[in-house]
Amino acid sequence: MQNMRERFAAVTTELLEEHQKLAVVLAAISADQFAVAARRHPERVIDVGIREQLLVSVAGGLALAGMRPIAHTFASFLIERPFEQVKLDLNHQGVGAILVSAGASYDISAGGRTHQSPGDIALLDTLPGWTVHVPGHPDEAERLLRGAASDDGLVYLRLSTQANATAFPAGPSGFTVLRRGGTGTVIAVGPLADAVLTATERLDVTVLYAVTVRPFDATTLRETLDAPNVILAEPYLAGTSAQLAAAALADIPHRVLGLGVGVGELRRYGTPAEHQVAHGLDPASLREAITAFLR
Amino acid sequence: MAEITRGQFGFKDLGMLMSLQTGDEKHGTAATSTLDVLWVLYDRVLRVSPDAMDDDGRDRFYLSKGHGPMAYYAVLAAKGFVALEQLRGFGTSGSILGHHPDRNLVPGTEISSGSLGHGLPLAVGTALGLRARGIVSRVWVLVGDGELDEGSNHEAIAFAGRTGLENLHAAVIDNDSARYGWPGGIESRFAAEGWSAQRVDGRNHTALEAAFTAPHPARPRVVVAAVEEPHNWPQMLLAQG
Repeated sequence: MQNMRERFAAVTTELLEEHQKLAVVLAAISADQFAVAARRHPERVIDVGIREQLLVSVAGGLALAGMRPIAHTFASFLIERPFEQVKLDLNHQGVGAILVSAGASYDISAGGRTHQSPGDIALLDTLPGWTVHVPGHPDEAERLLRGAASDDGLVYLRLSTQANATAFPAGPSGFTVLRRGGTGTVIAVGPLADAVLTATERLDVTVLYAVTVRPFDATTLRETLDAPNVILAEPYLAGTSAQLAAAALADIPHRVLGLGVGVGELRRYGTPAEHQVAHGLDPASLREAITAFLR
Repeated sequence: MAEITRGQFGFKDLGMLMSLQTGDEKHGTAATSTLDVLWVLYDRVLRVSPDAMDDDGRDRFYLSKGHGPMAYYAVLAAKGFVALEQLRGFGTSGSILGHHPDRNLVPGTEISSGSLGHGLPLAVGTALGLRARGIVSRVWVLVGDGELDEGSNHEAIAFAGRTGLENLHAAVIDNDSARYGWPGGIESRFAAEGWSAQRVDGRNHTALEAAFTAPHPARPRVVVAAVEEPHNWPQMLLAQG
């Protein structure tokens, strides 16, 4: 099966035929997957080379010229390295763009710290107006990408090689209810859904599935809340959404547990599965943490 | 106050239009390094007008060196983009005119700038976008020689030169303010990357116009405008670099 990044390239190649104002900006990464698109649309598939500040600025400049830009590279080089370009050349100019990252928090586990970006969404939270999608399956990534292409806002699509076995049905918008229970609510983000469902088997908890994490769906959280105990299971920096969960429940006494990628450097290589365990995001660790929190 | 119409003011009035912003009694036009270049661009080169800012075919001017923007606002006022009464509020809370320009506030302003090293990379993207849309118009960006210390410019210079981005134009104000200078001249750095490059006297309007309008097939164009170091800027603006 295609992974999310392969699906992104294939679908974008299609979308370039339909959307005459769509443009793709690359910085060497994934260029081979866009070779066909680049031959067909040399003026709308732009590889700036290994120049990530230019990658984001060109996206901003394209948007100023009336185009709908998609900029793509690894998350560490798309959000962290050119962060001021994101802040000024997109947000401050008042233009839209689609930023599509690969690599996520620990897809490139053997690559070490340089290629890992658990803080990308926390960084984007310092800027207004971003819609943030964390798909858990290539089908979801495709649906979100198609939606973003026909929109004109600021969209971050965070692709990963970590995925759930099957896609979950798309709700109208916001979080999807996967399971109902009485002692608390677990919000499972993107690729962590399967692990959370395994972890919470026979536990009396509600499980919400989140692929669109910004805006944060406070409405569904409140409507399905039977007990004010909220557990966030996020495949990026632990607690990234904690303040949004707290704001959603500001008028009622509540507790929030943020599970996710630790802020400390592991300084270990190995597989993504090993990193998932190291960050306590495997089913057994999740179950232990959730059970302890609800005890 | 009477409605301001385009072309009501000439170059000799820009000092007065700057004085309205700063409250200084008198503003010599020689005090501001960008004034001549801005005036020649807006008066003789750019195809822009206050009535046609939503015309896709307009030329784009990106002020990258957003520091000391009184000269820019003065030219925008002289050409009817900004109302004269707006100049008096320069930098105050309710004003559209800040110490760095905001495209979302100032009519006729194509980019928000202030942090150095963003205009040229943005202009590369816009030049690519206009080309992809089949729109024949030119993109101009004004940068300072000190600003070229920012590495982001060098990503843009290399890429634009090597890809022959003909609709891209840069005017570099060279008042010798780069911390460590540019041995061989700024223009040689652009030329090495494939740009059409020329150095001219930044105060000579005829020379500037000729340099700005010279043909440069299949290459981006840079004009390095040499100006003397300004000595009598208000301290407030010098402090911003």
